[in-house]
Order: sequence, then structure tokens, then C-alpha cells
Amino acid sequence: MTLLAVTGLHKSFGGVMAARDVDFTVERGEMLAIIGPNGAGKSTVFNMVGGQLRPDRGQVLLDAHDITHASPQKRFRRGVGRTFQVAQTFLSMSAAENVQMALISCHRQSNGLWSPARERHREKAVALLSQVGMAEAADVPCSALAYGDVKRVELAIALAGEPKLLLMDEPTAGMAPRERAELMDLTGSIATSQGIGVLFTEHDMDVVFGHAARVLVLLRGQIIAAGTPDEIRQDPQVRRAYLGDEHALERPKGLSPA
Amino acid sequence: MLALDPSFLAVQALSGLSSASSLFITACGLTIVFGVTRIVNFAHGSLYMIGAYTAATLVPRLLELSFGPVTFWAGILASALIVGIIGVIIEILLLRRIYGAPELFQLLATFGVVLVVQDLVVQVFGPEDILGPRAPGLRAPVEILGRRFPSYELVLIAAGPIVLGLVWLLLRKTRFGVLVRAATQDRDMVASLGVNQAMLFTGTLFLGAFLAGLGGALQIPRVSANTGMDLSIIAEAFVVTVVGGMGSVPGAFLAALIIGQLQAFGILIFPKSTLVVVFLLMAVVLAIRPYGLFGRAEIVGGSHAVGIASHKPLPGRTYILLAVMAALACFPLLADAYLLKVATEILIFALFAFSLQLLIGVGGLVSFGHAAFFGLGAYGSALAVKWLDMSMEAALPLGLTLAALGAALIGAFVVRLSGIYLAMMTLAAAQILYAVAFQWVDVTGGDNGIVGVWPSSWAGGPVPYYLLTAALTLVAVLLLKRIIDAPFGYALRAARDSEARAEAIGLKVRQHRWLAFMISGAAAGLAGGLYAFSRGSVDPSLLGISTSVDALTMLLLGGIQTVAGPLVGAAVLHFLRDLIMPLTPLWRLLLGLSIIAMVLIFPRGLVGTVQYWREERA
Repeated sequence: MTLLAVTGLHKSFGGVMAARDVDFTVERGEMLAIIGPNGAGKSTVFNMVGGQLRPDRGQVLLDAHDITHASPQKRFRRGVGRTFQVAQTFLSMSAAENVQMALISCHRQSNGLWSPARERHREKAVALLSQVGMAEAADVPCSALAYGDVKRVELAIALAGEPKLLLMDEPTAGMAPRERAELMDLTGSIATSQGIGVLFTEHDMDVVFGHAARVLVLLRGQIIAAGTPDEIRQDPQVRRAYLGDEHALERPKGLSPA
Repeated sequence: MLALDPSFLAVQALSGLSSASSLFITACGLTIVFGVTRIVNFAHGSLYMIGAYTAATLVPRLLELSFGPVTFWAGILASALIVGIIGVIIEILLLRRIYGAPELFQLLATFGVVLVVQDLVVQVFGPEDILGPRAPGLRAPVEILGRRFPSYELVLIAAGPIVLGLVWLLLRKTRFGVLVRAATQDRDMVASLGVNQAMLFTGTLFLGAFLAGLGGALQIPRVSANTGMDLSIIAEAFVVTVVGGMGSVPGAFLAALIIGQLQAFGILIFPKSTLVVVFLLMAVVLAIRPYGLFGRAEIVGGSHAVGIASHKPLPGRTYILLAVMAALACFPLLADAYLLKVATEILIFALFAFSLQLLIGVGGLVSFGHAAFFGLGAYGSALAVKWLDMSMEAALPLGLTLAALGAALIGAFVVRLSGIYLAMMTLAAAQILYAVAFQWVDVTGGDNGIVGVWPSSWAGGPVPYYLLTAALTLVAVLLLKRIIDAPFGYALRAARDSEARAEAIGLKVRQHRWLAFMISGAAAGLAGGLYAFSRGSVDPSLLGISTSVDALTMLLLGGIQTVAGPLVGAAVLHFLRDLIMPLTPLWRLLLGLSIIAMVLIFPRGLVGTVQYWREERA
């Protein structure tokens, strides 16, 4: 069964059509990238899947459940995890406590008034942190971590809810090039091993073509192309959309041209 | 029927228009200053008061030199100009140092100015109210539908639209106005365009203070300049700016019109409670439109919150706790009755401040009306004793329950709001309760309050009551501490640190915040009840702004980032007050200056600073 099915999604802001008739699907274990020039509607589509925006029309199905109008909280319970363009963690807490907080919420214990939070789900939290290579930093306050490490902690938080679908908005924004590849390699291996579908938007074409199984190209709110990275690279419409920035669509260095 | 007489209605509507005009002129300055600087200037009401005092002193002297309308209006304008210059001084000395500070600190610092001005006004103008001269040429009333109506009021009615027009021209047609509008929309963008920020902000403060001064100066033929004007006008000006949408001049105009009429006709429906009607309007508007009529959502998210962070548990904390318990228990052996009374009150205020810490330090919810819950607890207990003949054992829980219910009601309104709107709304809620306590004389005793609220005989003396207070405070503080460390407290902190992240991990942020209000309100209510029985009486000042600010000052003094902060802050503030207040009539001046100094140079507070040193060394 298809993990995420988006059909006929529409959203306009005043007179601006930010999304029209957007259809796509994400399968388990698949990494799907949404790309497009600035203002193409990537974030709009993304936030309609994440629950931050309500579509004017259309449907979002997760595992055949209609989540079109569900709150972010409900989506989390249905198995949607997400990371943000600017990493969102709880800066007053340690890395482990960040993940513990997600686990506490996952177990519906966030109204607990008695036994201390820091003792709950500690082992599971450290295990999740070690999955993203952050086990040593478990007791470091998030406010003291380097940004790349904060992004990893955020990934661990998102994984704590045992998501079926992971939404990543510009996952590598603000990171050094080497960190980018590492983070996406890590995401890819976790997605494959746990059968998690990953939907991400990205500006860095190396990241897109190096890690996505399929790519959607948005232009003025519409999908103008969808396919494997190689198909997208060859697509004349996409080349026109990125006119003046064609080098962005070239193969990463070290690979032979298709 | 009197109310349906058309001439009566007309006169009532006209007087509503004239108070709307005065209100708009003042509130317009507040909203412009907020739009550009993002500071809610508590001292705006003080500027208004200075305007009234200056005009009431200056204009008669000028009229002695040359009597006539020109002199009168020139005197009014001169007073407004003087206030404008005072605004510039405040901007240069204080505000420009706190533009980047958390909004709680901004509110407190400008409230510090309020306190300073209150004492300075008495020093400069004397303690008497000053009635200004009537305007030359406008002394005779006019007849409207057979009723006499003061002609000065008609001039005031015209003054509002004239000021609106002039401000509109200023904002539309001058470079300064363009910059003000640009900064209101996006301050960072204006800064990055190389605009001289300092000049812009100073100019804005001049304009804002000038309008406040003008609003105050225009009042002198109607009401005498008095020392209570600052807080009464600031409360109304807050309502106008919040209802209109903070930063919106047309919004302020519309809101002032609505409120003027509500006050004029509200008097017919609720003769004693116009204040309640006005604040209810604000509650309704904010419930429907969380950013006011013409306001916009703040672009900058709430990353401004400062508060408690995770710390390793103190080693040997069980022993520390035992030592504290022993010290509290042994204190009566050393202390006399007076010291015991002081200690009892310190404990009560420690609990009060600590309950606020759950909202501010843990939840990032800047409640500016925490007195509401303290007062509800106190009044709940006192009313139970007076009207239901209850004993202390029954009245205390009743007060606590009343406070928790009040917190549930107020919380239900405010958890949808954020930042400055939440602060204003909680302040408004406290003011409603204050008005009720003040005006519902039959039940609450009005200004005199309720007396004869004494504890049961077994707890009657200073020692037993001290021990009772110590025990209840200790239990409540430990329970709250437990809650702060529990998943619930962590969830509150999570929502404070990042609301988006909290929602994305499935936390029901509003529900948690609502519960936090109830818990915090219950604790504050317990403190209020204990206070009522320690004093033997309650009065409306327990619900007033100054009680809320006391709690905030204790929090700030002790340190918002620490758990022990509010407890230490309560002790230090109360101790200092008992020490200094008998020595000088300028207590408010000193308190105000101390608050300002703390915000500027000591924002971590006492306990926070010690903690910081320890961590720096480690």
C-alpha cells in the first residue's frame, strides 16, 4: 500500500496560486525530493503535508487515512516525523532530554506531574542518539552544540516517534558541504533499514541528485516534472525553469555524464 | 424613560466622543512607539500625567502674563513639547539599552520609570491635586437639544480627528513618517538599509511622548492633575492599542471610538462597572482576533523567552532540604513577634512568586496580572469567612479553589495568545477583578475591603500561624518543584523553547499551558488566602497592578533562570522594603531605580548570577 498519497492539492494566498493540482506519492523506504526555484511553492506543499497549512482543496492520505485536516499533533500520532529548515530543538534541555521529551509525548505521558522527566526513556533516547552518532553528546545542552550536531539531534527527535513518513524541510541548509552528505547518507540508510518514506525539499542539487530516488519539480505551484534524478536532469522544461543556473543540474563531479 | 430621551442620548454620545478623542491622542502615541521600537511603554501613562501637571502649572502663569485663547493653546502645546523632550531623555537613558531584551524585562524596566515618576511628580509639583484653568473663550456651555453641554468638550471631540489627520500627514508625507511605517512593518529590513536607527527611535519617542503629553495637557480644564492618572490612563491606553492592533494608528482611533461610546452608555447598564465593560470588550476582541482589529501576527517568533534550563540535580539536596526545614522550624525560638510576622509574609510572597515562576520561567508565559489569582485566593477566603461563616480550615481551600477556577477561566482566554498580547490580556483580567472588588461594594466592601478575617484559634498566635504558613508554603513549593521536573514541566519548557517542535512531537501546547495556569493560580490563591488570614483583612490593592509587579520584581531580583530565584527574591525584596520604607518617603523612586538597574546590569538576578559564576568556574 502507498505510504503517502497526495491528490489535487490546491492553495492560494490572495491572488497567488502557491499550489495547484499537486499529485504525488511516497512509498515506504523511498526518498522523494521536491525542488524548484524560489517561490515555486515547495514550502507550501511541504507545510500542507506537515499540517502547518490547510489546503483549499485536495487530499492527503497517509496509509489510506485522510489526514488533510489533521493538526500537526494528530499527524505525529499517525506516524509523521519532521525536521525544520532552521533546526527546532529544545535549547534549554540536553540532547538526551530532547529525545526523551519526544518519547514521553509518544507514550502520552506529558501530563505526568510526579516522577522526574529526566529518568524516563533515557536508554531508548541514548540509543536513538547513537543511531545518529550523537551518543557522546547525550548530556550536552542543545544550546552548546554545533549547528550540524543540532540537526542530527533533531533527526533523532523526529525518529523517536517511530515515524512511517519523515518530512525534512531543507535538511542541509546552513551546514558545511561534508556534513550535508553525511547527514543525508545517514538519513538514507535509516530510511531504507526501517522502511521510512522520506519527503524533503532541498536547494543543494548535489544532495538532491545524490540521495533522492525520485524528484518532483515545482514551478509556480505546479509539478512540471517528476522522475528519477537522471530523467529530471534531461528534462527540457526543468532546464528552462533553472535557466541561468544550468550548472546546478549537472552531474556531481566524479560521475560520468549520462 | 430617561435613557430613551433623544437629547440625553445625544449628550451621552457626545461625551463618549470627547473621551474617545482624549483616549485616542494618548493611545496613538503608545501604538506608534510600539510599532517602531516593539516596546510596550508602561511609562506612557506617566508621560500623560507629567503633561497634565505641567500644563496645570504652566498655563495659569502664562495666562497671567497675557490672557487669551492663544496663550492657553500655546501653553498646552508647550507642555506637550516639554513632555516630548522628557520622552527623548527616557529613550536615550533607558529604552535604547533594552530594545533587544526579552519583553518581560522591557515591561518591568518601563514600569520602573512609572515608579520613579510617581515620586518625582510629588517632589516637583507637590502632593496636592492641581486644577487647571478653564479655556478662555470656551467657558460658556452650548445648548444641544435643550441640554447644556460644555463647549470645551466639543473642541476635544474635534481634537481627535485633527490629531489623526496630522499624524496621517506626518506618516504619509514626510521621510520620517515613511521610516516609521517601514520600521513598523519590518524593523530589521529598515536597519539593514542603513537608516540611522538611533535618530529614528529617538524621533519616534519624541512623537509618542509629545502625544501623551498633549493628551494629558488637554485634560486640565476637565479634571485636576492627580497622582493616580498614570495607571488609570495606561490601562485604558493598553486596551485601545490592543483592541485596535498594536502598532496601528487607525486601529487605535476605531478602538478609542468604540471604547468611548461603551463607557458613555455602559454607565446606563452597569452604573458602577464601566471598567469591566471595557476590559470585557478587550477579552472578546482578542478571543476572536488574537492580534486586535488591525494588528498583524508578529513576524518574529517567540524566541525571546528566557527561563529555567536543565541542571544536574544538586548533590546532597536531601540534606539541604532537611536543613531548610530545620531552620524554618527553629526560627520561632530565636525571633520575636515582629520578626515572625515579617517571616510569615516573606514565606507567603515566596510562594506567590514561585507560582509565577511556573508560568514565566518554565512556560515562558509572561503573565502580567498574577495578582488576579493572589487576590482571588485572598478574597475567596475572606468572603467565605464573612458571608458563609466558614472557619479558616474551610476558607483556605475555598480561596484556593476560587483562584484555580479564575485561572481556568482567564487561562482559557489567554492560552491562544502569545508574547505581549498575553501579557496585556492577563493584566486586563486582573484589572477587571480589581474593578469588581472596588466597585461591588455590597459584597466586597469596596475600597475598605473586608476585615475580621482571623485564623482559627489553634493557629491564632504569631508562632502557630508562622508554622502553619511555613508548612503549607514548603509543601506547595516542593509540589511545584516536583511538577517542574516532571514530564509536564518539561512539556511546558518544550513549548516555550520551540512551539513548532513541541507540536511536531505531538504535544498539546494550549492544553498544557491551560493546566499550568490552573496549577499556578491555585498556588497563588493559597498564598493569597494565607495572606488574608495573616493580615486579618483584604482590600482591592491585593488585585492591583503593583501586586503583580511585586511578584515580577521578586522573580527578576532572584533570577528567572533559576528555581530558587523567586524564593530568594521574595525574601530580599520584602526585607529591603521593611528596612527602607520607614526611612524615606521615596521608596517608589528607589524601587523603580533598582528595577531599572537590575534589568540593565543584573538581568540574571541574585541566584542566577551565583549559578553563573559557579558554572563559569567549573
